[in-house]
Amino acid sequence: MIYNIPYIAVMLLILVGLYAVIAKRNIIKIIMGISIIESGVNLFLVALGYREGGLAPIFTNLPEKTQIPGQLVLPVPQALTLTSIVIGVAVLALMLALAVQIYKHYKTLDVRSVRRLKE
Amino acid sequence: MKTRAIVSLSVLILLGVFLIMSILPLSNVLRPFGDPENSDMDDYIISNAQNDTGANNAVTSVVFDYRGFDTLGEATVLFTAVAGVILILRRYAHE
Amino acid sequence: MNDTSKIIKTISAIMFPFVTIYGLYVIMHGHLTPGGGFQGGAIVASGCALLVVAFGSEAIAKKVKESDLSILESVGALGFISLAFIGIATTFFYNVLAGRSGSLFGKIPPFGSNPGYLNSGGLLPLMNFAVGTKVIAGLFAIVLILAIATRKKGGRT
Repeated sequence: MIYNIPYIAVMLLILVGLYAVIAKRNIIKIIMGISIIESGVNLFLVALGYREGGLAPIFTNLPEKTQIPGQLVLPVPQALTLTSIVIGVAVLALMLALAVQIYKHYKTLDVRSVRRLKE
Repeated sequence: MKTRAIVSLSVLILLGVFLIMSILPLSNVLRPFGDPENSDMDDYIISNAQNDTGANNAVTSVVFDYRGFDTLGEATVLFTAVAGVILILRRYAHE
Repeated sequence: MNDTSKIIKTISAIMFPFVTIYGLYVIMHGHLTPGGGFQGGAIVASGCALLVVAFGSEAIAKKVKESDLSILESVGALGFISLAFIGIATTFFYNVLAGRSGSLFGKIPPFGSNPGYLNSGGLLPLMNFAVGTKVIAGLFAIVLILAIATRKKGGRT
């Protein structure tokens, strides 16, 4: 039970991010909460591919006497996490641009007062 | 205003307790940390990456050679994001 | 406080070439050490963001037009797609330079642990360059546009 600490950390990150999205009024804090949830999901994806006592799957200056497919960490989840991080950056840039546009139009950043359709 | 914070916090605490009690003790849904079950594809990739692609780095050869389509889609998403940001904020950049 | 002080401007101008050289090193050795196109491009883009913070967005926007960054990003994307189309005789993403012993990046490294040879890798270093250029131009354009759009009238740019 004590060795599952990465999974407990993933759950704590997702809960903190979810609390920030539900219970905060500033729009910048809601955007930060979404980014924290994305960090938790990326950590979960990388932690799935770990082998006990393994080394990185890179053959430059590897120490001698390591069994080649038996003692190296799986490389495919790391490649998919790379794609996920870049997509998270792209979504964050679009959210910040929309937040700037909301501020210039409504003159406030409070989420509960930009509700009605104002011309 | 106070009741909203209390209700949201209690919903989140209940969700957290439910997640803890339903995922961690089940050891055949989530295997203990450090023991992957089906690793045949990754064993083949580690054994044959130097012969097929000629690179020392297995992660780079997965990103650009064995799964190149995913990198093409990711480049498209990055391009669309930059185009969208310039499109939204165009009228404040030309003052 | 309308402007950053002289110490910040001098030190940022000194540190910018070192950060750029480190980022280009990470891009170029992507097939031997951890790194590659996306990681090295993010390092160089953070060096450019350091310049925008130190000198203000007006001074940087006079020297770098956003149409130049758009051309650079399109060159990177088109280069990546045309490198994928070279080996169309076999499949779509075929690595044509990996086995030939006389071509540009064509040496196959010996099996197991070895000191890295820069000459290996096939099409992988060229793809790293294309993706790195695209990421540098894209992230620098995002930072510059967001800095220009949030300027205050008569205050610090």
